[in-house]
Amino acid sequence: MGETLGSLVTIAITYAIVNNVVLSQFLGICPFLGVSKKTETAAGMGGAVIFVITIASFVTGVIYKFVLANEYLMNLGIDLTYLKTIVFILVIAALVQFVEMFLKKVMPPLYQSLGVFLPLITTNCAVLGVALNAITFEYNLLETVVYGLATAVGFFIAIVLMAGLREKIEYNDIPKPFQGTAIVLITAALMSIAFMGFSGMKI
Amino acid sequence: MNKYVERLYNGIIKENPTFVLMLGMCPTLAVTSSAINGLGMGLSTTVVLVFANLLISIFRKKIPNGVRIPAFIVIVASLVTIVEFLLKAYIPVLSESLGVYIPLIVVNCIILGRAESFASKNEPVISIFDGLGMGLGFTLGLTIIGLIREILGAGTIFDAPVLTNIGYTPMTIFIMAPGAFLVLAFLVAGMNIIRKKMEEKGKPLAKPSGCITGGDCANCASAAGCTSPEKKEN
Repeated sequence: MGETLGSLVTIAITYAIVNNVVLSQFLGICPFLGVSKKTETAAGMGGAVIFVITIASFVTGVIYKFVLANEYLMNLGIDLTYLKTIVFILVIAALVQFVEMFLKKVMPPLYQSLGVFLPLITTNCAVLGVALNAITFEYNLLETVVYGLATAVGFFIAIVLMAGLREKIEYNDIPKPFQGTAIVLITAALMSIAFMGFSGMKI
Repeated sequence: MNKYVERLYNGIIKENPTFVLMLGMCPTLAVTSSAINGLGMGLSTTVVLVFANLLISIFRKKIPNGVRIPAFIVIVASLVTIVEFLLKAYIPVLSESLGVYIPLIVVNCIILGRAESFASKNEPVISIFDGLGMGLGFTLGLTIIGLIREILGAGTIFDAPVLTNIGYTPMTIFIMAPGAFLVLAFLVAGMNIIRKKMEEKGKPLAKPSGCITGGDCANCASAAGCTSPEKKEN
């Protein structure tokens, strides 16, 4: 038991901080650049991503384990795992819709704060990336969920930090060609260098 | 100009997805650590783009309007799966180094964007040329960024030790994650200058339509039809 917990903590720290999803794996660049102008909106987007990726990694994990890589079918010689990309993208698109409807009905306050960001998340390649990576890494269901959660927390950290920096950059005097996206990318490069410092951490 | 050649010119130069439209930024940053990776990713995307445009254009009258986005996604995802397995079988080295970014071609804005804005409205043959132009434009963009990063970061060109032979010490940071952001930042700044020059000449470039414009992501989503399917119907 202790060993499992240890490996879960390792996964959590590795993917939330060391191998940050945006700054070292380049997944979810789109919202990272697009929705990071204000800290509140960035936090809303980050929260929505945590919510969706955690649920999506669980659902895709279950589908992969019990439908696509079903032991009974495998024994019969039917291997459906090649369908994973097609199945996952559809499941994620449907899931986001479902989560949106569910929140609207059951938890209106949460919907108020996350609702606008939910439809944008289907485009976020981090969701599909996490689902596919979890299979490549051969994680079990619990590890998959922890991996998804940690990745999403990493996204949250990155986007909120970036929004905080951008609010300050607003007041700086930047050369004309670098205004807008270019300076944001340079900031991202510096953040990425800072996050590389974590890779020396012994876990 | 012949309308087919015009499509190729449009994709490669006029509306180059990397430099002008700034679409597909995830793979642009992720796989350009060397020129060969950029080239491989670009060509894989081109193959998917050409066949996706062809199939979507053929079936454009059969697909009901309400479910067109999910239908496009299924077509694209099937093609991506085929490309993924072909790479794994015939170029395993490339498949290894591109990893998860190959299946992630599915969520590349360029592909759904072309399906939505071109292939679903035009004849199959011209759609093929549109896909080919856009794909080659994307390949060109990725290869150039890959070349810059490889030359600065490893001192090689397509793995040939060109600069290291004459005593150049590579700046490894350029082939690591921060280098991707840095090179792209200077590229965007350079494009801003060119954009301004062209505007002064009275020949403005096409507006960037990706999320990188700094607008909110809804722009990208609506431009490329990436919003979740049900949302589109309303």
